[in-house]
Amino acid sequence: MINETKRGKENKLGLTLKEYKGLPSTLCNGCGHNSIANQIVQVAYELDIEQHTILRMSGIGCSSKSPAYFLGGSFGFNSLHGRMPSIATGALMGNHSLHAIGVSGDGDTGSIGLGQFKHMVRRNVRMVYVVENNGVYGLTKGQFSATADEGQVLKYAGENEFPPVDLCMEAIVAGAGFVARSFSGDAKQVRELLKAALHFNGTAVLDIISPCVAFNNADTSTKSYGYGREHEAPLHDFGWVPPAEEIELNDLEPGETRLVEMHDGSFIRLQKLEEAYDPGNKIAALSRLQTAHDNQEFITGLIYLNESRPTLAEVNRMVATPLAQLGEEVLRPSRQALAALLTEF
Amino acid sequence: MAVIENAVEATAVAQPPTDKPIINDFAIVVATANGTGSQTANMALLRAIFKMGVPVNGKNIFPSNIQGLPTWYHIRVSQDGYTARRETNELLVAFNETTIYQDVRDLPPGGLCLYNADFRSLPTRDDVTMVGIPVRPFVAESGLKGKLGDYIANMVYVGAMAYLLGVPLAKIDEALDVHFKQRRKFVDSNMAVVRAAYQWANDNIVYNSLYRVEPMAATAGKMLITGNEAAALGAVFGGVSFAAWYPITPSTSLIDALNDYLPRLRRDPETGQATYAVVQAEDELAAIGMILGAGWSGARAMTATSGPGISLMAEFAGLGYFSETPAVIWNVQRVGPSTGLPTRTGQGDVLFTYYLGHGDTLNVILFPASVAECFEFGVTAFDLADELQTPVFVLSDLDLGMNNWMTEPFAYPEQPMNRGKVVTAADLQRDGRFARYLDVDGDGIPYRTLPGNPHPLAAWFARGTGHNEHAVYSEKPQDWENNMLRLRRKFETARQLVPDPIIQEEADAAFGIIAFGTTQYAIDEARDRLAKQGVATGFMRLRGLPINDDVRAFIGRYERLYVVELNRDGQIHKILQTEAPEQAARLVSLAHMDGLPLTARWVVEAIAAQEAGRKEQTSDD
Ligand SMILES: Cc1ncc(C[n+]2csc(CCOP(=O)(O)OP(=O)(O)O)c2C)c(N)n1
Ligand code: SF4
Repeated sequence: MINETKRGKENKLGLTLKEYKGLPSTLCNGCGHNSIANQIVQVAYELDIEQHTILRMSGIGCSSKSPAYFLGGSFGFNSLHGRMPSIATGALMGNHSLHAIGVSGDGDTGSIGLGQFKHMVRRNVRMVYVVENNGVYGLTKGQFSATADEGQVLKYAGENEFPPVDLCMEAIVAGAGFVARSFSGDAKQVRELLKAALHFNGTAVLDIISPCVAFNNADTSTKSYGYGREHEAPLHDFGWVPPAEEIELNDLEPGETRLVEMHDGSFIRLQKLEEAYDPGNKIAALSRLQTAHDNQEFITGLIYLNESRPTLAEVNRMVATPLAQLGEEVLRPSRQALAALLTEF
Repeated sequence: MAVIENAVEATAVAQPPTDKPIINDFAIVVATANGTGSQTANMALLRAIFKMGVPVNGKNIFPSNIQGLPTWYHIRVSQDGYTARRETNELLVAFNETTIYQDVRDLPPGGLCLYNADFRSLPTRDDVTMVGIPVRPFVAESGLKGKLGDYIANMVYVGAMAYLLGVPLAKIDEALDVHFKQRRKFVDSNMAVVRAAYQWANDNIVYNSLYRVEPMAATAGKMLITGNEAAALGAVFGGVSFAAWYPITPSTSLIDALNDYLPRLRRDPETGQATYAVVQAEDELAAIGMILGAGWSGARAMTATSGPGISLMAEFAGLGYFSETPAVIWNVQRVGPSTGLPTRTGQGDVLFTYYLGHGDTLNVILFPASVAECFEFGVTAFDLADELQTPVFVLSDLDLGMNNWMTEPFAYPEQPMNRGKVVTAADLQRDGRFARYLDVDGDGIPYRTLPGNPHPLAAWFARGTGHNEHAVYSEKPQDWENNMLRLRRKFETARQLVPDPIIQEEADAAFGIIAFGTTQYAIDEARDRLAKQGVATGFMRLRGLPINDDVRAFIGRYERLYVVELNRDGQIHKILQTEAPEQAARLVSLAHMDGLPLTARWVVEAIAAQEAGRKEQTSDD
C-alpha cells in the first residue's frame, strides 16, 4: 500500500506522489494488479523519475489495463494480446534513450505471447517486464492460463490437466539477465525489485503473483492471497541502493549479505536467507525453481542476475541520438551517395 | 473482329521463320537446374546485350526449391523496348537434361537450340536448328568439381551464345565487371571459360545463326536493377531508420539490399555507430509490431513481406490503422492462397490488403509498376505514412521485385521529407493545449506528439480500444462514431495524396484498359498491336488506393473498360465497382492467373474474345 505519510510531500523533482498516478483503476477491488500499479507509482515517485522518459507498455488483459492507472504523465501503448514485446522493442529502438515499464498477464505472456516474450528477452531490450501472474484469464472471465496449477479445478473450465509454465524458468532459459519472482501482497519486496529492475541494463523480468479475486482466489490456488501469505519464502532480504548513496560497509556481515554492483553504479543488497542460494548461477537458479515447483514452494526474490549481456540497442551499436530524433541531413544520404550507388547497376 | 485476331497472331512469335536475319527482336530461354549458379551466366548474357545498347528484360521462372528442380530464365531482346514476357522463345539454351524434350517441343519453327552435347538422348525436330556444345571437356579442363563445375558449365553457354548471337566478348567482360562489382579476379576466371567456349564455337559450329544482336543506342545512360533493390534504395533515400522483417520469398532481397546499403551509408566508419537498425524478427507478427512501435516513437520504420506474412499482420494492421501509427509495409506479392506458388508472380493480395484488419479498416496502398516507381514509392510511402499517420502498404510483385529491369537512373528526391503533423514541446508551450485525436484542420488527420516529448501536455496513451479526442478510453457511442467518421475523413484526404493514375488517351478509343503494377508492360505491347490493326484504346494505370477523382473521371469517359489483373477474382475490378458504383456496369474484368508474368498475347486474346462476344450479342439483338 502507498505510504500515506509521503502523500503530499514533494520529491526532488518537486512532484507529489499523486502526480505519478494514472486514471482511477477500473479493476476489481482487491485485485493484485492494483497493488502492483500502486507500487510502480510509489517507486517512480521515490526515484524522482521524469515521467516523459518512461514508456508504459502492455498487451491485453486486466493486467494489461494497469498502465492506464500509473504514471499518467508518460506515453503509453496498450497494444495487442501477447504482442507487447514487439511494440515495445520497436518503440525502444525508435527511441533508445527512453526506458519502459511493460505490464502483462500470465495469459498474455505465457500463452499467446510466449514467443514474443522469449524473443524480447533474448534480444535483451532494455525494459522492465512485469507479469501480473494470477494463473487465470481475468478479463475473459476465468479460463485457465498457462501458469495455472496442474489439477486445479475452476467453475467453468473444469480441471486443468497440464503442468504450469514457469515464466521465470522460461525467462532464464531465453537468456534474461534479471529474473525475479514476487507477490503483490509483499509491497516492500515488489518495490525494491522494481527499483533494481529499473536500473538493470536489459530486460528485467518480474513475475509477480497477483491474485485475481474474481476468479482464482481460493486458498488452494497457488496464485491466491491466502496461499501467497502462507507460503511466501523469500530467498533473501532484498534491497536496492541508489548509485549516489554511500555504501556503509559496517552494514555488511560477510557471508550473510552480498552487494552486487549494477552497470550504473547502483547496488543490489542481498541478505541471504537461504545460505546456499546464489542468484548469479544460472543452473542453480533453474534447479532452485524446479525444486520449488516440486515442493509446491513459493520462493520470491531475485532468482537470477547476470549483467554481462549487451542490450539490443548496444548490439546494434546505435548512435546516442535516438533514431526518432535524427534530422533529414542524417536520414537522407547525399546526392553524391545516390549517384555513386547507381553506378553499381 | 478479324482485325483483333491479326493482333493475336502478331504477338505469337516475333517474326515467322525466314532466311533474313532477325535482328534485336527475339526471346531466349535458358533451361538449367536450380542451384547450379546459372544466375551469373544469365545476368552476363542479359547485361552484355544491354551493354550493346539493345533493350532487354530478364525473367526468372524458378521453382520453390534450393537445388535440382528445373528453372528457366527468359531474356527478351526487343528493339522496340518491349519488356513483357512472351509465350514463345525462339532461342533455347537446353542445359537441363530432364526438361530438354519439353523445352525443344516449345520452340517455334525456325528456332534454335543450343544444347549440352554431353546429354545422353536428344529430341529431334526438323524445323529447329540443334547446336551441341560439349561441356564436359571444359569442366574437366578447369579441374573444378561439384558446384564450381556447374558454374563453369554455365559460362560455357554464355560463350557459345555470344558467338551465335554476335555479342562481342568485350561486352560479356563489361557485364561481368558490373556483376562482380569490379572484382577482376572473378571476372577473369569466368571470362577464361567464356573465351574458350566462344573459341570452340567459332572453330566448330558451322551454322550461321539467323538471330543476331546488333549494337543500338537505346540503353545509353540506363541501368538494370531489380525492383527490390530499387525499393530498398528508395527506402534509404526516404530516410528509413528502422526495419524489422521475417524472411519470405520474394521480399527477402529487399531487406538484403537494405542490409547492404545502410551499413555503407549510415554507419560511422570510425566509431561503427549506426543511425539505423535492422532486426530480423521471430515472425511477421513481431515484425509489424516492431515497426509500429518504432513508428509510434517517431522513427521511419518499414518491413517487407509477402502474402503469408500479410495474413499474419492482419491484427496489427488494424491496430496501426486505429491507433494512427505510421509504418510502411512492402508486400512483394507471390501467388496464394496459402503457400500457393511461392516463387511465382501475381496480384492476389489487393482486396485483403485494402481491408486488412477487422471492423471498419481501410488501408492506403501504393502500386509501383516499374523499378523507378519502386524507388519513388520507397520515398513516398514514408511521407504518406507520416502525413496520414497510418500504415501504408506498397504492393509490388515477384516479377518486379526479383527480376532485372531497365531504367533511367533514379532522380534524387527533391521534396523535403514530410514528417506530418508532429507537435513539439515548443508548439505545446505556445498553444497551451493538445488533444491527440482532435480534427483540428478538418482533414481527418489529427496532431501527434512523440514519446519522450517533455512537455506536461504531451503524453497520451495509444490503444486499440475506443477513445475520445483526448485518447482517453471511451465506450460512449458518440465518441466511437465521431472517431470512426474522422478516420473516414482521413481516408478521403488520402484520396488526394496517393499518386495520381497514369492516363494515356487516344482519339476515337474503342474502349479503355485499366492496369496496375507490372501488367502495364504486356498491355503497352497489346495496345500497340491493337493500334496497328486500327483499334485505338484508352489506358489508365492505377498507382494507389483509395481512388481519386481522376480515376472516376477516366472510367466515366468510356463505355467499356477492361480491368486487367493477375488474380482469379478480379480484385481491383471489384474495388473499382464498389468505389465507382454508378459506372460499375462498364467495368469488365480480365483476370488472369497462372503464376507467370502477363503476355501481350493473352491481353489481346482476352480483349478479342470479349469484343467478339459483344458483337455476337449485338447482332443477335
Ligand atoms: C487475439 C486475441 N485473442 C483473444 C483475446 C481475448 N482476451 C482478452 S484478455 C485475455 C486473457 C487475459 O488473461 P491474462 O493475460 O492472464 O490477464 P488477466 O486478465 O488475467 O490479468 C484474452 C484471451 C484477445 N483480446 N485477442
Ligand atoms: S477479474 Fe481478476 S484479474 Fe481482472 S480485475 Fe478482477 S480480480 Fe483483477
